[in-house]
Amino acid sequence: MTTQTNGFKATRRGFLAGGAGLTLALMLPLARGRAMAETAAPFAPNAFIRIGTDDTVTVLIKHIEMGQGPYTGLSTLVAEELDADWGQMRAEAAPGNDKLYANLAFGAQGTGGSTAMANSYMQMRKAGATARAMLVAAAAAEWGVPAGEITVSKGVIAHAASGKSSGFGALSQAAATMEMPADPPVKDPSGFTLIGTDRPRLDTVAKSNGTAQFTMDVYRDGMLTVLVAHPPKFGATVASLDDKAALAIAGVEMVRQISSGVAVYATSTFAAMKGRDALGITWDDSKAETRSSAELYDMLSTEAKTGGRVVEESGDLAALSAAATLHEAEFRFPYLAHAPMEPLDAVIEVKAGKAEMWFGSQFPTFDKPTAAAALGIKPEDVSINVLLAGGSFGRRAQGSAHLAAEVAEIAKAAGRDGCFKLVWTREDDLRGGYYRPITVHRLKAGLDADGALVGWENTIANQSIMAGTPMAAMMKDGMDSTSYEGAYALPYKMGAHRIGWAQAQSPVPVLWWRSVGHTHTAYAVEVFLDELLEKAGKDPVQGRLDLLTPEATRERGVIEAVAKLAGWKGRTADGKGYGIAMAKSFGTYVAEIVEVEDQNGFPKVTRVWCAVDCGVAVNPNIIRAQMEGGIGYALGTALFNEITLEPGGTVAQGNFDSYRMLRIHEMPAVQVEVITSTADPTGVGEPGVPPLAPALANAWRALTGKATYQLPFAAAVA
Amino acid sequence: MTTLTVNGKEVTVDLDPDTPLLWVLRDELRLTGTKFGCGVAQCGACTVMLDGMPRRSCITPISTAEGSEVTTIEGMQGPEVTAVQAAWAGIDVPQCGWCQSGQVMSATALLQMVPSPTDEDIDNAMAGNVCRCATYVRIREAIHTAAKTLEG
Repeated sequence: MTTQTNGFKATRRGFLAGGAGLTLALMLPLARGRAMAETAAPFAPNAFIRIGTDDTVTVLIKHIEMGQGPYTGLSTLVAEELDADWGQMRAEAAPGNDKLYANLAFGAQGTGGSTAMANSYMQMRKAGATARAMLVAAAAAEWGVPAGEITVSKGVIAHAASGKSSGFGALSQAAATMEMPADPPVKDPSGFTLIGTDRPRLDTVAKSNGTAQFTMDVYRDGMLTVLVAHPPKFGATVASLDDKAALAIAGVEMVRQISSGVAVYATSTFAAMKGRDALGITWDDSKAETRSSAELYDMLSTEAKTGGRVVEESGDLAALSAAATLHEAEFRFPYLAHAPMEPLDAVIEVKAGKAEMWFGSQFPTFDKPTAAAALGIKPEDVSINVLLAGGSFGRRAQGSAHLAAEVAEIAKAAGRDGCFKLVWTREDDLRGGYYRPITVHRLKAGLDADGALVGWENTIANQSIMAGTPMAAMMKDGMDSTSYEGAYALPYKMGAHRIGWAQAQSPVPVLWWRSVGHTHTAYAVEVFLDELLEKAGKDPVQGRLDLLTPEATRERGVIEAVAKLAGWKGRTADGKGYGIAMAKSFGTYVAEIVEVEDQNGFPKVTRVWCAVDCGVAVNPNIIRAQMEGGIGYALGTALFNEITLEPGGTVAQGNFDSYRMLRIHEMPAVQVEVITSTADPTGVGEPGVPPLAPALANAWRALTGKATYQLPFAAAVA
Repeated sequence: MTTLTVNGKEVTVDLDPDTPLLWVLRDELRLTGTKFGCGVAQCGACTVMLDGMPRRSCITPISTAEGSEVTTIEGMQGPEVTAVQAAWAGIDVPQCGWCQSGQVMSATALLQMVPSPTDEDIDNAMAGNVCRCATYVRIREAIHTAAKTLEG
């Protein structure tokens, strides 16, 4: 009807326009995807940079852009070493290619664990330095002057003595013929002009005028839209199917049973929805989870009492029997859905034994072979175009690659070549599992007469995220550190201590959820510690500082900074409660202070202060944004969110009316201080999340005297 | 057959009359700036202007739009949307970006009706637009900035 403006075509148009003068990236073929996988050179720097004759510098970003900022952050690293002008920088997603675009922290292509900046820091700077050296060499050859006399600044290459100067574009073709330096020098941090300064994001304009292209925006000729009816209970399978009514609906073309449920293929999204509603399916629940959340909590509580397997152990816990003050508590954390604003979706086109995919693939390394296996073709015959993702928060980082598998099965089950777009509705998303695991922490600790910790015992019971997926290779002796990270190797003087983990089993699939284990460990540790400090008559800020080990200098730094930022005066003031919490996650240190009011018996958070130490602050603008967003994401979750299984095992929640999002009138004012540091940069996508909920609980207890041992507050307060 | 005007062009579609306007815009007209987030008017990602008023297109059957003028993010023009988008760019409001078309539509509608909104006005006008990245601090600041720009 109208001109197609789907992601693929728009991207390719841009690619070809900019590629007319394709020069420096001589080893990058013009076609994306499968051609690249076969012909691109393994030498990394050239796979990241393309300089056009129009002076634009396009950086191929190996990490998925889902809001956390790698398009801008990684481009900054290149621009810094290239001495480019920020205005000439562009970013584009790198395609799925393990060899060229591996995450150096994983050895595989993928984004997660807030590693994008940390693993790219030297790699992208080297890529920029390489490009710069080749441009300078080209200028030296063309002008007949020594390379050492040439300067580059803000995208201008110049030779002062001869008065010659040039932009990058005019020299780019010559630069492509220069010898590639083996190990080009990078700048000393004192010479940075872009790193460490606020810079605008490269994707803001397209995300403000509707032109940004996401997976759901892909439309291709002859494409069918597919919805899948998933079982209402986790682990159930199709017992019988009646598709007559569905097939009678105008626009519904096919119905197929696949391993995850029943797929309805239609010429429009609405027809697919109506077709799915018309399916008659009976489910076999014999292997399904039928326990309710209440029953799961009881099971986890029992498991936690066993002490579990040892995660960390030191000293003799018999010391607890002599403690002057003894405290025990059990904490309960529900299943949580990630609920990215763009629900899961993926497009696949199969033609003559090859498949091309377009989606927000966060782990291309797993998605590609999984799709290939489902289609019965070789991994090298599958190409993945990584598109912008409308949020993820962990949801698209699938060790199981279940989304890639589902869309590939849909294509296979169609029994013919064609293009298929899989769309999950919000109900599919919230009821579809892959949740933050339901978790119980059981803590016991004691203080001596001076208020020092003499013993600390914590047992965590939950399902493993990695077990049963390709990620299990990262487990050691059957231990999954993502289940208890943040509960051990604490920066405090713990006295005798024992941390244990009891692995629970359930057919409910679980997944990493923005900050993973820290979502519950930071809460249990920082709330329980706060209670101990209160019992000992100590101030929450000074008490923490007193307990920190001498080595914990960066923890100390963020606690002191946030206390100063908030003008900390104690646990209450002017009818408001104040609470602090600190957590190190993914190498980044964050402390937050929450101010809370009592609004008819429910917490109303008015202000939050945050201090973050993530090493070199590549772009403080994005760091602040991630802290602000992480605080809002964590606050809405702490106040309102739980996925609960009803008796029988069905999910109680279905959409945003029952799984309530934080809204603008509930967002507190946020003040962020980014600590100045010369340490290597670490991530910021997740670390803003962990301290918020415990700081809130501590503030609420300070104000009301009520402890909160079960999240969310809506469940605990009700 | 339903006839309506979309971004100034008359469009006639032959579809099930209960088809939501959202899917007509996306699947038929390929105006993909308008997003699907919930399908039940809980998130605001699908916000369009219907005869000049913000409307959730995901629960608006095409039959009720007969003869109406629909404006999507792609067709927005005028000083308010220009000021809003400039303010959005000025402080980098978006993160993932999925909800932002809807945010811009609601913010523009607010400024068209209330040129100098208070924080309470902003809360009332924007509470229907969910941002899962929680960019709310910057949305509020950008709306105030846009209002100041429009004052001149």
